[in-house]
Parts: sequence; structure tokens; C-alpha cells
Amino acid sequence: MSGEPSFTLDDQPVPFQDGQTIMEAARVAGVYIPHLCFNPDFAPHGSCRVCLVKVNGRPQAACTTPAVAGQVVQSEIEELQEIRRGILEMMFVEGNHICPACEKSGACQLQAVAYYVGMLAPRFTYFYPQRTLDASHPDAVIDFNRCILCELCVRASRDIDGKNVFAVQNRGLKAHLVINTPSGKLGATTFSITDKAAQVCPTGAILIKNRGYETPIGRRLYDRQPVNVVGDVAQVPESEGGRRHE
Amino acid sequence: MSKLKVATCSLAGCFGCHMSILDLDERLFTLVDLVEFDRSPITDVKQIGYCDVGIIEGGVANAENVHVLREFRAHCKILISMGACAITGGVPAMRNRFTLKECLEESYISGAGLVDAQIPNDPEIPLLLSQVHPIHEVVKIDYFLPGCPPSADAIWTFLTQLLSGQPIALSYTQLHYD
Repeated sequence: MSGEPSFTLDDQPVPFQDGQTIMEAARVAGVYIPHLCFNPDFAPHGSCRVCLVKVNGRPQAACTTPAVAGQVVQSEIEELQEIRRGILEMMFVEGNHICPACEKSGACQLQAVAYYVGMLAPRFTYFYPQRTLDASHPDAVIDFNRCILCELCVRASRDIDGKNVFAVQNRGLKAHLVINTPSGKLGATTFSITDKAAQVCPTGAILIKNRGYETPIGRRLYDRQPVNVVGDVAQVPESEGGRRHE
Repeated sequence: MSKLKVATCSLAGCFGCHMSILDLDERLFTLVDLVEFDRSPITDVKQIGYCDVGIIEGGVANAENVHVLREFRAHCKILISMGACAITGGVPAMRNRFTLKECLEESYISGAGLVDAQIPNDPEIPLLLSQVHPIHEVVKIDYFLPGCPPSADAIWTFLTQLLSGQPIALSYTQLHYD
């Protein structure tokens, strides 16, 4: 470690460049910090809170906290894994995450991160939301009851596809994903399954039609190895079991 | 040492978790050396006695499920929630997006090919709850074993660790929700 600035992450030195966040520097160094709303192709969002780390003893989101030389960062400690389990349990009870009946099971980042932090069961009361499925688009279907409000589709559609198809409506517990058209239907938009927005969802909320259950159990993305080894679902090519493009 | 007593039951389950217990195959011989089964679908015991361990499959969907679950809690030192249904409500909880009236009318009134269509109302039949619930919303649960169903290997790891007093530690491939 010559003149390059660095911080320590779980006692390992991690070099960084000026302006990088803790998450970006860790990612470049090949160190996994659990995350859901973070995607290296987009500005950080800070909504999922799963990337919570301790920076000089204080809990901070790794995706939004700038790296500073000499700071002491802790991530793989039981105290944080317990908090992450709690956060994931909240996400699971807020939606209808019935993995046995979901086409994304085995290749779902929400599920994979829950496995990674050792979540066995949500401790909280289930919300059982009753949002209506949108199957109006010929090639895609949206189950709003699986959405975790990471806003990756919102960001991708607005910033990369230039279509602005998705938005989040209402506040607090009533906040939910909507389609940005008068009818509120995906079929009324120019959304295409080749869009970036179709490829970034970390859960089973946005699905490509007629493609479910193609990968045998045992060969799905996260069947054999955990998310810290395999990587994000949106970053893994289709040939390796990742998100299908087209 | 006397054998530990184990009771099992299926509430709003599909018996798949019990089939996964039977998937222990010849390890079942080792298991019955360690434990004695009290009330269970695999015994003829009608009323649960005092047990060391109770294993529950399935969520809570009707009044009888609530009654049986409370009996299990009252009679078992350790109660285990096994499988996606017990833990989350599971696939049966997909009916929670409909009203009970809609579900019953679809099955018994407007379903195709029905003769003398009517919703069953004999008092022998337990009434359905308005929603399906995970069992930990009704009684305290001591351990959770996820999976739909959990694999026999996961069940074996869980039971051997529990019976030997070790902390429960499932391997990566043994922990799954589907």
C-alpha cells in the first residue's frame, strides 16, 4: 500500500480512489457487502439498508458513505447480520414472497441475500398486500406484491432507457410502484423486455412472460453457491443463469 | 436414558413435509432409536400427550387448526415450525388476496359441473378463517425449519443437532424457501 489511500474493511485494507463510496471501493477490491438497491450502473439509492456497515463504530449505508482514508469499517459481524436479517424479514412480510410459487426462486437476489445472512423465518406479522397483477404487456408481467421499492426499474427506465415507465406513488406504508401512464397499465407504455429496466429487478416483481421454470433445480443461479460468490442477478450473464436479455 | 417424545401434525399443509421426513429413508431406524412418536399422522395416537418436541407442518386456515396448534403448544416443550406454509402461510396464503366468500362461492356455487350447489355448513366441518396465517402468529414457536419442503438432509441435520443439544446450523444447500 504505497501512497494510495485506503480504509480497513473487517481488518483488511481496501484501497480507494477519491469520490468512491465504501461499497464501490469494496466491490472493486472484490469484497462482498450485502445489498439489494445498489447496482454499479446507477447512482446509489440508499433505500434497502441491507448494506449497513459500521464506520468508525457508527452504522452507515455502505452505498452512500464516501470512503475516507484510515476509516475502520466492519461488515461481516454478527451484530450487523442480525440487523440485516431484521431488514429482510420486514421486506418479506411487506410483500407476498411465496418462494415455492415464484418463477424467480433460485435466481432471486432478495432470496439469495436472505440465505446469505441466514434468515430462517420473518418474526413480524404478514401484511398480505392485495395489489393487482399487471399482465397487460404482451411480453412482461408485473406482480406488485413482490416489489421491494429499490427503484432500480424507475432509475433504469428514466436514466438509461429514456422512457420513464415506472414511478413510486404515495407515502409511507402506502408507497408502491406504479406504471407512469393514465391507465396505469404496462401494456400502454413503450416498455420492452430488451430495456435495461426489464433486467434490473432483484426480485420476482418484473418477469418475462412464457419463460418460467426453465432452469432445473440445482442449476439455478444461487442453488449451489451464495450471492457473495455468484454476484448480483443483474450482473450475471444469461449463459451463467443470470437475468435473460430478450 | 428414556427416549424423547415427539409429536407431529399437519394443519393447512399438504403432507409434503411429512413425506420429506419419510425421505430420511434408513435414517428413520436411527431416529426411532432416539425418539418415540406420540400423536402424529404416522401413529394412531388420537390425543397428544406431554412431549419434548412438537413438529408442525402447514399454516393456520380453519378453527380446528387453531385448536390443534394450541394443544400442541400446551403439550410440547419445544415447538418447531416446519416448511413454508407453517412459516409464511405458504401457497395456501395466496387465497388471502380474495375474500372467503369469493373462495367458497367459486368452489361450491359457481364452479363448473356442480349439482345442487351449496356451501357446506354442517357444524362438524371446521369454519375457515378469513385469512391463512403462519403458525407463529397464533402461538410461540421455538425453531423454524424453512423449505417447501425442507429436504430430508435438512431435517436430519436439524433433528440430530437439536437432539444432541448443539446449535442449529444448516449448510448453504440445506437452507432454502422453495
